[in-house]
Amino acid sequence: MFRPIADLAASGELSFTFDGRPMTARAGDTVAAALLTNGVVACRETPVSDTPRAPYCLMGVCFDCLVVIDGIGNRQGCLVPLAEGMRIETQHGRRHFTEASE
Amino acid sequence: MTPIASIEQLAESYDLLVVGAGPAGLSAAARAAELGLSVLLADENPAPGGQIYRAVTTSPVKNRAILGDDYWRGADIVARFERSQATYAARCTVWSIGPDETAAGSFELGLSLDGKARIIGAKQVILATGAQERPFPIPGWTLPGVMTAGAAQIALKSAGAIPSGRTVIAGCGPLLYLLAGQLAAAGCQIAAVLDTTPSANWSKALGAIPDFLRSPYLAKGLKLMLAARRKLRFVSGVTGLTATGEGKLASVQFEQEGRTGTIACDTLLLHQGVIPSVNFSNAAGCAHDFDGKQHAWVPRVDAWFASTVPGIAIAGDGAGIGGAESAALCGEIAALGTASRLGKLNEAERDRQAAPIRTELDKRLRGRRFLDLLYKPAPQFLAPPKDETIVCRCEEVTAGQVRDAAKRLGVTGPNQMKAFLRCGMGPCQGRLCGPTVVELIAETRGTTPAETGYYRLRPPVKPVTLAELAALPQTEASVKAVVR
Repeated sequence: MFRPIADLAASGELSFTFDGRPMTARAGDTVAAALLTNGVVACRETPVSDTPRAPYCLMGVCFDCLVVIDGIGNRQGCLVPLAEGMRIETQHGRRHFTEASE
Repeated sequence: MTPIASIEQLAESYDLLVVGAGPAGLSAAARAAELGLSVLLADENPAPGGQIYRAVTTSPVKNRAILGDDYWRGADIVARFERSQATYAARCTVWSIGPDETAAGSFELGLSLDGKARIIGAKQVILATGAQERPFPIPGWTLPGVMTAGAAQIALKSAGAIPSGRTVIAGCGPLLYLLAGQLAAAGCQIAAVLDTTPSANWSKALGAIPDFLRSPYLAKGLKLMLAARRKLRFVSGVTGLTATGEGKLASVQFEQEGRTGTIACDTLLLHQGVIPSVNFSNAAGCAHDFDGKQHAWVPRVDAWFASTVPGIAIAGDGAGIGGAESAALCGEIAALGTASRLGKLNEAERDRQAAPIRTELDKRLRGRRFLDLLYKPAPQFLAPPKDETIVCRCEEVTAGQVRDAAKRLGVTGPNQMKAFLRCGMGPCQGRLCGPTVVELIAETRGTTPAETGYYRLRPPVKPVTLAELAALPQTEASVKAVVR
């Protein structure tokens, strides 16, 4: 987990939700950074074994920070700037056909 | 510089498309624009700087001593780019490249920004896609809490955030010591630095010391390492690492000269040097060779950083690791070569302008050999000896599975391995398993990485949604291509 250092330039604060939980982060943060500073342990579960994963490289290489943002899956959290009111969700494993009928 | 806010604002075509806004891409784009080319610089991050100068113009870190002067110098490179006539598309992913069938010798490129895609044209392309951290597969490296050292540095630069609990830094290479110093200065609780530099590397690197002594790396590198050693718990000669925890990292075990130790920690930062990012150049069809000195696949380029595909140049660490300062100079040279190919600069003028840059580049690269030799990863970190170690993080393929397929099924190369195990077929497209899979096959079959080859990659080099593809404007030719 991450925390902001002591002496940071002033910036606005953005509100968002992660799996429905309200959170805030600094304007200018990426989605992945916002999750890390909010103490989110894992942001996705793997399609192969449903194992929890968290951001690993933060530079667009590893694809372990994949999340669902405003209903669209497979977004790289480390490349998307956080926006006010964003609805971020854990990306759960593989897609299942039953989801559509639920 | 003209910023692009939405994909509709892009022109139909440019003289030059530069991919990547690190030191090489920024310098190439600025130089080419100064020479009168119409230039688009596309980069997937929100702000210019690449990884080394990540967020250099937007960083919230106020105390400049934390990141150091070398980092802030990147602002000059960005400022010069901003003064140029180039166009800049941030948050813009270039996901495909191919020949433009309507204009011989030109390219057709697929770009996405904010979930919308466009196909645009470019006469020349400079790939400045830089480097990535070398995969460092150890048991447990997929646990939440384990990250790359580069990731922690990016969090610090761009978000002013540091790991909040006990942190262990493990591996080797100049970045490791730099990061240790930066995190310590920022107030991070560093429980230990576990150094995996093989002691045998010192004797191999001795021959390269004369050049190193005259290099700019010397003062900088030694200062970093000594500072890290003085202030922090420093464990050298580490030969094995395992991360453990249930659902998230709880501790790291290390082996050192026959003894083992365990350190409880919340964050483990791994680093085993950097290698060129070859996904784009590989998918573009550029030839690559295995560079034994840097122990990595490197695209084949000429003195102007032109690749084997006419019209595509590769500048900066993407064409071989040389560091930020050399990358910026390579970008300048690549831009001169490009301008000359487009007839904007005759060869004599091109050579005249390049001469002082080449002199400076030679100086910057002096001493690189010493670093390559000293920080060459130990074999057990290139080809993990424990069978249960995951090597392909996306498809969760283990070292044991790859070895077994190479041995029992006689799989000879990484492309055939995909068909058996799916390694390299997940969303990261082999970025984090390619080098390891090649290494494991080579080791099992008693061959070399050069003989084993690498993944054959294809566009799209970054995922693109079906909706983006479906919404692309149709041309008569594209309709005819599928309607019969």
